[in-house]
Amino acid sequence: MAIRELLGSIIALIGSLFLFLGALGIVRMPDLYNRMQTGTKSTTLGTILTLLGIGIYRLEWLPQMLILIAFILATNPVSSHTLARAAHFTGIPLTRKTVADKLAEEEHRPIPVEEEEEVV
Amino acid sequence: MAEFIIHLATFIVLFGVILASVRFIKGPTAADRTVALDVLTIISTALIVLIALFVNRVIYLDVALVYAILSFIGVIAVARFIEGGL
Amino acid sequence: MIAWFIGVLGIAMIVGALAAVHLKQTVPAIIAAGIVSLFASVLYLLLAAPDVAMTEAAIGAGLSTVIFLYAVYKTRSGESEK
Repeated sequence: MAIRELLGSIIALIGSLFLFLGALGIVRMPDLYNRMQTGTKSTTLGTILTLLGIGIYRLEWLPQMLILIAFILATNPVSSHTLARAAHFTGIPLTRKTVADKLAEEEHRPIPVEEEEEVV
Repeated sequence: MAEFIIHLATFIVLFGVILASVRFIKGPTAADRTVALDVLTIISTALIVLIALFVNRVIYLDVALVYAILSFIGVIAVARFIEGGL
Repeated sequence: MIAWFIGVLGIAMIVGALAAVHLKQTVPAIIAAGIVSLFASVLYLLLAAPDVAMTEAAIGAGLSTVIFLYAVYKTRSGESEK
């Protein structure tokens, strides 16, 4: 009994750490696309771990937590993909440390890199 | 012990809310603010589940379910608007 | 614990409302209005009103943002035709 509650709370703590790191990453990252990456992947994993930990902590809530995890896994990458597509097609510049942009090479466009004077 | 760890996790998630709000204030373009909105909706889903754990009611999980379904419609609408279509 | 929730979410909600008033461009102001209704939904939940919170999440955060953006899109397309 106590071991199960301790295990669930520790999983929820790890998930909340991932949520905090995702929110720290969208402040610290130099570029829109890097912010979007850390703001989607890390927070998806953090939410899944938090909900799973609470489902283990309170075992009769576990089916609803699994439904919530399924909805988050379905909806979260869709919104991130739509946002990344919109940002790339409106020409928001990449950071200067970028080494490859396969979509711009495929369409024979120059890689949109941000200006020189903005020091990261 | 387990309740203390849950409280610690809640404080860490609340710090995440503050940091995402900082990016929303700073963001130079509209797409940056949309990323902050996306992160805030996901963090709010986790916060609603934590509130349901604290006040010990099952009915609050339905609110989190509605939120997880409906919140991404706003992000998709803003992204399509930035792209030009809608 | 509930007091910490109300403090942090209320301060973030006030910041979002000030941003919605003071931002110059249209789309960030609409996003700020969406963030205000997002935190309002969580605060309604904290004040033990789950039905009001569900309605606020459906209408405030989802529907009103889409309607605002649709109105802005229609007015801009009308201006570009002239």
